[in-house]
Amino acid sequence: MIETPQKIIKTSTGRSLRTEEMVVNMGPQHPSTHGVLRLEVVLDGEIVVDVVPHMGYLHRCFEKHCEHMTNYQQVIPYVDRMDYTAAMTNELAFVVGVEKMLKIEVSERVHYIRIIMAELQRIASHLIAIGTFGIDMGAFTPFLYCFRDRERILDMFEATCGARLLYNYMWVGGLSHDLPPGFVETAKQFCVDFKKTLKDLNDLLNYNEIFIKRTANVGILPKDLAINYACSGPMLRGSGVDWDLRRDDPYTLYHKFNWEVVVGKGEVGTVGDVWNRHMVRQREMEQSVYIIEQALASLPDGDVSKTIPKRIRPTPGDNYTRIESPRGELGFYIIAEDSVTPYRIKARAPAFVNLSVINEISKGAMLADLVAIMGSIDIVLGEVDR
Amino acid sequence: MTAQEIYDVIKAQCGDAVLEAKLENVLDPSIKIQPEKIHEVAAFAKNDERLQFDYLSCLSGVDYKGKLGVVYHLYSMTFKHKIVLKVEVPTETPNVQSVESIWKTADWHEREAFDLFGINFIGHPDLRRILLPDDWEGHPLRKDYQTPEFYNGMKVPY
Amino acid sequence: MEFITSALENQILLTVLNAALPLLFILPYALVTIYIEMKMAAHMQNRLAYMQTGYHGTLQPFADIVKLLQKEDIIPTAADKFLFILAPYLVFVGTYASFAVLPFSSAYAGSELDLGIFYLVAASSLVVVGILMAGWASNNKWSLFGALRSAAQIVSYEIPAALAILGVVMIAGTMNLQTLTSLQSGGIHEWIIFGGTLPLGHKLALIPFIVVLFVIYLISSMAEVNRTPFDIPEAESELVQGYNTEYSGMKFAIFYLAEYANLFLVSAVAVVLFFGGWASPFGELMSGPLWGTFWFVTKGMLFVCLNIWLRWTLPRMRVDQLMYVSWKVMTPFALLCVIVIGFILVL
Repeated sequence: MIETPQKIIKTSTGRSLRTEEMVVNMGPQHPSTHGVLRLEVVLDGEIVVDVVPHMGYLHRCFEKHCEHMTNYQQVIPYVDRMDYTAAMTNELAFVVGVEKMLKIEVSERVHYIRIIMAELQRIASHLIAIGTFGIDMGAFTPFLYCFRDRERILDMFEATCGARLLYNYMWVGGLSHDLPPGFVETAKQFCVDFKKTLKDLNDLLNYNEIFIKRTANVGILPKDLAINYACSGPMLRGSGVDWDLRRDDPYTLYHKFNWEVVVGKGEVGTVGDVWNRHMVRQREMEQSVYIIEQALASLPDGDVSKTIPKRIRPTPGDNYTRIESPRGELGFYIIAEDSVTPYRIKARAPAFVNLSVINEISKGAMLADLVAIMGSIDIVLGEVDR
Repeated sequence: MTAQEIYDVIKAQCGDAVLEAKLENVLDPSIKIQPEKIHEVAAFAKNDERLQFDYLSCLSGVDYKGKLGVVYHLYSMTFKHKIVLKVEVPTETPNVQSVESIWKTADWHEREAFDLFGINFIGHPDLRRILLPDDWEGHPLRKDYQTPEFYNGMKVPY
Repeated sequence: MEFITSALENQILLTVLNAALPLLFILPYALVTIYIEMKMAAHMQNRLAYMQTGYHGTLQPFADIVKLLQKEDIIPTAADKFLFILAPYLVFVGTYASFAVLPFSSAYAGSELDLGIFYLVAASSLVVVGILMAGWASNNKWSLFGALRSAAQIVSYEIPAALAILGVVMIAGTMNLQTLTSLQSGGIHEWIIFGGTLPLGHKLALIPFIVVLFVIYLISSMAEVNRTPFDIPEAESELVQGYNTEYSGMKFAIFYLAEYANLFLVSAVAVVLFFGGWASPFGELMSGPLWGTFWFVTKGMLFVCLNIWLRWTLPRMRVDQLMYVSWKVMTPFALLCVIVIGFILVL
């Protein structure tokens, strides 16, 4: 509980008025905290004086669970449930880490399919981020445009592995299923259609005058502060830092494709504000489409089933593997001892780290701006609380 | 810079703080630091012209059975090199210097390590529980942790 | 028969009947508008909306009403009970009182007040009191926020709206809404948006300023009914639901009804002021009391639909931007237009 001292102010006529700051709890049940986050907000009128986030409402002891599994493969469904809007990239981070420790190499087709899935997942996740951000700004319609296209991605996932949200698709050493017949054509058609949605979103939301007024120059996160807070993903790139793990710390086969890292340029507002973070997501979806198109065009043949035993024993040691999830740097610090269960798994959740900067960038903003800032950080509480 | 060169630079500057290093035949080269010197080493690693470790990627608490450890994964955005710093402290007196004043991101990571491992970060401005309720007892990620029977009258084991 | 005649001669009963007539309009209108709004929104968003209850979901508004009626009526323990119960009715009364001067057709206007427009502006301000009451009585910080925002917003936007109305009054020379409509009954070219019944030279000079006034009125009216992009008093992503967060059941339904009634009210005022009220666009053709009602409601509904369209397209503004638009953009422009119109009329 935050104490708010009372203050006495003098009016122009000499009268004394008593005033105090107001503490409001935004959440755990609030429409714009995107889950069960509680922000203890100190307000001076409409101006935000202080924000104290309280989390843990969704804590499911992910790390403790991992230590009690009977093998490494069993961790994958738990990993799905961390960032439930981007389960594929979570799986990718984990299996890449374990494969690195096992020193095994998967076939090229597996790599390609993983990239296609991860990029489709990135689009799906960014669509949620952009759609719900629109709702935070009071624009309801773009949300449903986003969900229409996300639905098509989920249909493709469902056709591939039978699940729409939590896939358990990428396994250590391979994949659970090969692509279903017709997937390549469906995905190609989706890429063509999706470019139209991107244009629609630009017209309807991103370049809307009111939207720009609401988001430009709000919640500015300067470059050095972003790095100091170890922000990652669209948060970091929105602040103008040219940094993408797909390019700067390559994993799987991203270096084979032709795409560019999207950085906030500040053509509207200032670099590092809410609008630029939002636009980084928008433009990243476009780059993801390019990657998917290239991967689909040159998809190699081969076997995708895993060739390693179910109970794997990595050589004792530790390893930190990080990939670029839709929210930023998703890392798994895995310590293996001579056993079939991991000794310790620490998940470095991008949303958790990105959220820690909120107090710094929302001081002095208005209550409505706080909602905008929250939306632009794009947290998923499943990942923050783990 | 390679891990060996980074090690040499750190060893030359704060030699007495460095306990040992694993640089060959490991996935992530690491340097073990004295827990009471970690702040000094971290500040040097961040501010030194040749190192510039400006990005604290991850800070993890570990229970090594009998000892508690903290692992720092450092990256440099400028030079794109990396190093892992490790400290180990006895479980009975788990005192580690906080690096919150060097990398702000360590704030929540250290709170998490305090919450789940009970590592006491000296110099941290706001060391409270972050994921668990404030009145929770014990530190669950320790290997010898026993799940309590009840929490506020609710049965815990399912 | 004899009973009816004697009853009609009874002045009190007549007044009551006269006063109840708009209610007979508002209730079905609200049902229809809820349906239109949901369908319009859905079709803008690649959805179908209600499809199950009745043909294409036409019975859904009734189902909604029944649902609201049987919901538990919750009054928070810490709420100020008297004000809490009073507030929704006051909001509705404020809106409904304004319907008194609306000329639905050449044969019916609740009251042909000579100060009609003044009365309308004054009576619709009563809504603010109700909203403030609701926000304060709920004893909820979000409700209070919503109420304060609402008060600031409605009071600010009444100024440009009143100035726009003033411009029209200067052109028409009357504040009686019935007279104002009769003036414009000569056909589409005599509507005030096209300069009214003035000589052609005056008309051509006036039209740009009247159009500006009309746009100002339209924006202010949207702000007065608290709808997106001006729905900051109940901005659900910021203030949960604003001043009606704590309301449920019938009381919430009354807020809802008042909001829709208010939506028609401001649209109808726009129609009367600028688009000829009940007057047919074809002069004598298709005119008469019944046709009048038809034209009035049709024109009003067009504006209601315009409001719905904008609501589902635009994002929400921020509270300081809202004030900026009102005080620093619309009020000076409205004032300027009024002054220029005055000069043109004198010349």
